[in-house]
Amino acid sequence: MQFMLLFSRQGKLRLQKWYVPLSDKEKKKITRELVQTVLARKPKMCSFLEWRDLKVVYKRYASLYFCCAIEEQDNELITLEIIHRYVELLDKYFGSVCELDIIFNFEKAYFILDEFLLGGEAQETSKKTVLKAIEQADLLQEVRPHVVTLHYE
Amino acid sequence: MALKIVKGSIDRMFDKNLQDLVRGIRNHKEDEAKYISTCIDEIKQELKQDNIAVKANAVCKLTYLQMLGYDVSWAAFNIVEVMSSSKFTYKVKIGLYAHVWICQEIGYISQYDTGVALTGLSCFVTPDLARDLANDIMTLMSHTKPYIRKKAVLIMYKVFLKYPESLRPAFPRLKEKLEDPDPGVQSAAVNVICELARRNPKNYLSLAPLFFKLMTSSTNNWVLIKIIKLFGALTPLEPRLGKKLIEPLTNLIHSTSAMSLLYECVNTVIAGHDVNGSPFLPPFSLALFLFLRFQLCVQKLRILIEDSDQNLKYLGLLAMSKILKTHPKSVQSHKDLILQCLDDKDESIRLRALDLLYGMVSKKNLMEIVKKLMLHVDKAEGTTYRDELLTKIIDICSQSNYQYITNFEWYISILVELTRLEGTRHGHLIASQMLDVAIRVKAIRVFAVAQMATLLDNAHLMTGNVQRKGICEVLYAAAWICGEFSEHLENPMQTLEAMLRPKVATLPGHIQAVYVQNAAKLFATLLKNQEGNTDRTAAQETSQLMIDRLPLFVQSANLEVQERASCILQLVKYIQKLQQKDVEVAEEVIALFAGELNPVAPKAQKKVPVPEGLDLDAWINEPPSESESEDEQPKAIFAKEEPKHSRARHTEVDEKELAKRREARKQEQANNPFYIKASPSSQKVYQEAPGVEHIPVVQIDLSVPLKVPGLPMSDQYVKLEEERRQKERVEKKKKEKKKRKEKRGGRGKKHDSGPESEEDITPAHMVDIVTEEMPLADSEKLPVRSHRAAEALKSPAEDGDAESPASQEPKKKSSKEKREKKKDKDGDRKVSVKNGNPTRETALWMYIYGAEIDIQGNLQDGSQVVVSVIFENKCDNFLKTMEFNVLDSLNSKLQRPEGSGPHDGLSVPFQLPPGVSNEARFVFTMQSIVMPQKLKGTLTFIIKNEDSSTHEKLDFKLHFTCSSYLITTPCYSDAFAKLLESGDLKCSSVRLEGVNMPFHHLLARICFHHHFSVVERIDSCASMYSRSIQGHHVCLLVKTSGQTVSIDAKCDEPTLLGNVLDEIKQTFSQC
Repeated sequence: MQFMLLFSRQGKLRLQKWYVPLSDKEKKKITRELVQTVLARKPKMCSFLEWRDLKVVYKRYASLYFCCAIEEQDNELITLEIIHRYVELLDKYFGSVCELDIIFNFEKAYFILDEFLLGGEAQETSKKTVLKAIEQADLLQEVRPHVVTLHYE
Repeated sequence: MALKIVKGSIDRMFDKNLQDLVRGIRNHKEDEAKYISTCIDEIKQELKQDNIAVKANAVCKLTYLQMLGYDVSWAAFNIVEVMSSSKFTYKVKIGLYAHVWICQEIGYISQYDTGVALTGLSCFVTPDLARDLANDIMTLMSHTKPYIRKKAVLIMYKVFLKYPESLRPAFPRLKEKLEDPDPGVQSAAVNVICELARRNPKNYLSLAPLFFKLMTSSTNNWVLIKIIKLFGALTPLEPRLGKKLIEPLTNLIHSTSAMSLLYECVNTVIAGHDVNGSPFLPPFSLALFLFLRFQLCVQKLRILIEDSDQNLKYLGLLAMSKILKTHPKSVQSHKDLILQCLDDKDESIRLRALDLLYGMVSKKNLMEIVKKLMLHVDKAEGTTYRDELLTKIIDICSQSNYQYITNFEWYISILVELTRLEGTRHGHLIASQMLDVAIRVKAIRVFAVAQMATLLDNAHLMTGNVQRKGICEVLYAAAWICGEFSEHLENPMQTLEAMLRPKVATLPGHIQAVYVQNAAKLFATLLKNQEGNTDRTAAQETSQLMIDRLPLFVQSANLEVQERASCILQLVKYIQKLQQKDVEVAEEVIALFAGELNPVAPKAQKKVPVPEGLDLDAWINEPPSESESEDEQPKAIFAKEEPKHSRARHTEVDEKELAKRREARKQEQANNPFYIKASPSSQKVYQEAPGVEHIPVVQIDLSVPLKVPGLPMSDQYVKLEEERRQKERVEKKKKEKKKRKEKRGGRGKKHDSGPESEEDITPAHMVDIVTEEMPLADSEKLPVRSHRAAEALKSPAEDGDAESPASQEPKKKSSKEKREKKKDKDGDRKVSVKNGNPTRETALWMYIYGAEIDIQGNLQDGSQVVVSVIFENKCDNFLKTMEFNVLDSLNSKLQRPEGSGPHDGLSVPFQLPPGVSNEARFVFTMQSIVMPQKLKGTLTFIIKNEDSSTHEKLDFKLHFTCSSYLITTPCYSDAFAKLLESGDLKCSSVRLEGVNMPFHHLLARICFHHHFSVVERIDSCASMYSRSIQGHHVCLLVKTSGQTVSIDAKCDEPTLLGNVLDEIKQTFSQC
């Protein structure tokens, strides 16, 4: 996967994750272009489009569009699965997730994504394991000061 | 200097590096501080060296020390110096060493910390970094925790990409991970190897048996897909593998319910077959097998396409088009299905289906397919898709030299039908097809000419409106065909007239030019026909018609039209003269256009031998210098300069040069079988067309709503809620007053104002004022009640009130009621009775308008809070010398006039006659607003009647909640998102159970009591914002599901946040 974008129906970018190095200018350009193209598509249309030399897979959940760019040989359906799995994870974690959750707790949303995908590849296919890792990390965050000192005792 | 450097490098040998430092620190557990201070001294020495490497080493150590919590700010300059060093590696190393050490040091404390470090690393792997870290990550690949192993394995992929040398040493370990007991690690390893194999499959052939085993044993679809993809990459290299794979793949295709897996299998089979099938023919049995599984794939794809899911349909068609390239036959049988897809609502599916159709046509089914397509053209809405259909129809028909067209009359009529399309951009495409067919298919000319004549006759249909501009290109072809093959015309006179209609002048210039030229051809044909007759007048009339109509074109703004028209006009005039002398001219006129145009194959030129001595590669003229780029010059300049150039050149040109040029022109003409070429202006028209079609601006505007949804709505209801409350309050007040009036007269009757005050209170309050039990004489005891504990305090109030005042000073009894009120800049917003207990006899009402935030003060000094108090005299006596005093705390002080002591009261600057109320404001200075405050205070006053005056005292409590320090500040969602992104905010959250109210009431309550504003609301989730007087941002995310409300909050001041949340919690615990 080359990158993943989350944006609202209004075209506001809510989350972006790039797995290929690109300049900020290029990222902005791509984002603008894709947001425009995807938003212009009608709801009945299929979730795939060919864009530049990549394939774009997008899916809308409530007011949010999840949009991934994959390479030519990649499997579109599994990408849809990945998007869906990510949404499931968000939903489980936040409890009926909505756009505002992602604005408000964007760092958590990123964290969940990082636990699920690493360098553009799915790293963990088990929902349970991912959620467990996130819970652990949350705990860690709360008790962090102790942890640092622990080492030197 | 040199000596110094040498000395420096010798010293370096004895320098500690980072590892030594860490080891040292561990070995000096008892006297760590001492050890570190010696280390720091060493580092200071190192930093003084000129050698940048030494410095870098020192800085590395410093970063580690800083991590341990030691202050290294004294070295800031040196760190910056090293950072700015030209050698990037030092920079990287410093950042990175710190990083590696984070990984390794914390590694055994918390797997999740390492996980975070690795995740972070995945975002910024550079070749340098990859090289430096490859070993460390490799170690992590055999970490005891699967969580770390998994991440390390995946990270290795990024490292391999950046630093391929690391692959060789890491490979055995990576292979090991394929059989890891943890499925997560295993799938990560499969992932990495699959991705690597796609880049360079050769190296991974040896792993095939292992993967084969995995494929047959794994049930995880995610892994299976990757494995199948990997095999897809491997099979082309090892044909035997393909044979072996057939069975498991077929099984999977048959058995799996996961569409993604099925799709992957089918794709792999198709791709594998592609390579297997074409270059090396497999043995017959295999070919048969392949064919069989192929059928299977197509069958499966059919299921996909028939699915109601658009996505599957699309992918099915996509895969079909891949099969089509190698096995057109197996796809052709599904023509019906694909034609069906043309009816789909989704444009991208229709376009895919169209692509497929292109490859599916045969002589047999062409007409049928095109007929179907024509139907779609009629139905299609949206020009893009219709244009796409049109081009596809033409592509399908014209592919490989009209291979599939059996009846050209049919094709011409299709083309003519297509001209009826409105607003298409492809008029020129249709036109070129018409020309092509008419020129190349002799047999069709009669039919074509008849059709074109009709077109010309009905030209007005095409020139009508602007939208049809594209299609009028067709007239270009029609006019040319009618002129060139005019001998086939049934009624040439009518066509000639059609061509010379005044309306023609509205057509684009290049078309008019063709009209004029072909009118002349037609004229020639007509003359020939008419001269054959005995009646000469007909011929003369025709000439007259030309002479009458042509002047219109002579006046044309288009040079080409003008030139041709005036030439021909003169010619016709001359012919007319000759006709009047009864000279037969037809033969000579016809000679003007004699000779037939024959189609020339594009490669025909190759068959003409190059004459001896002609070198086609040699420059005819001197090659133009590169700097001289006339093309780039704007047209206007070009046009102006052109005549000058040509004149100047003209004189220079000698005979030889001319001959050369003639030769060149002949060459050019030879390459140009059709002398008619679309003029550049026509191309321009088409280039402009898409530009107009785009106009994305409109679309963007439409997709972006003008307002953030939720915001106006919530504002609205907050306002409504306020209004409602205001109204209620007014009514309540009235009622209360009424009641009190009654009660003041009819004494003795105690009443419970509990519910009243309760209701009044609920709206909101900035500052609670709680009157304590007052240390008054029994006789003076006043009914006092905290509204929150209204019931509990009821009885003492009764005692004090009902009896003693009656005996002593029947009318003097003063009951005090405090009200508080919050005021905002824009006036009163909320009033609430705080400790209201209006008893029968009331002398003084003290309303405290709570904590109006001093807006002025807020801007310069966020520490001032203004409390407005309303005093109302409810007794029949005069009240004077009121003094307001509050016991200051460390944090908050009542602002007193200069010169007065810290315990002096503030005198209220007015007296109160009976029944009068007035407001006084008191300013408090707060140092910190992160905690709620309670201040004790006293109000002393004198009650004066005719005979005597009595001192009285009233104790109260001022309660400054944290919410009272918040100001309702509107915030737009963009700004809100930015604020959250800044990452400076601390997080906290609270859960409220059993809240049973509509979500918008809940929000209104938070807005009202705690001064928040709704930023955005989506269903049962809303984000809210407020700001403290000291500029703290408070953000809330309120979510509700069932009776549970969860509030996530963020603020730059955690204590304030905690208190605000507590207050919110309390607000809802009361309901």
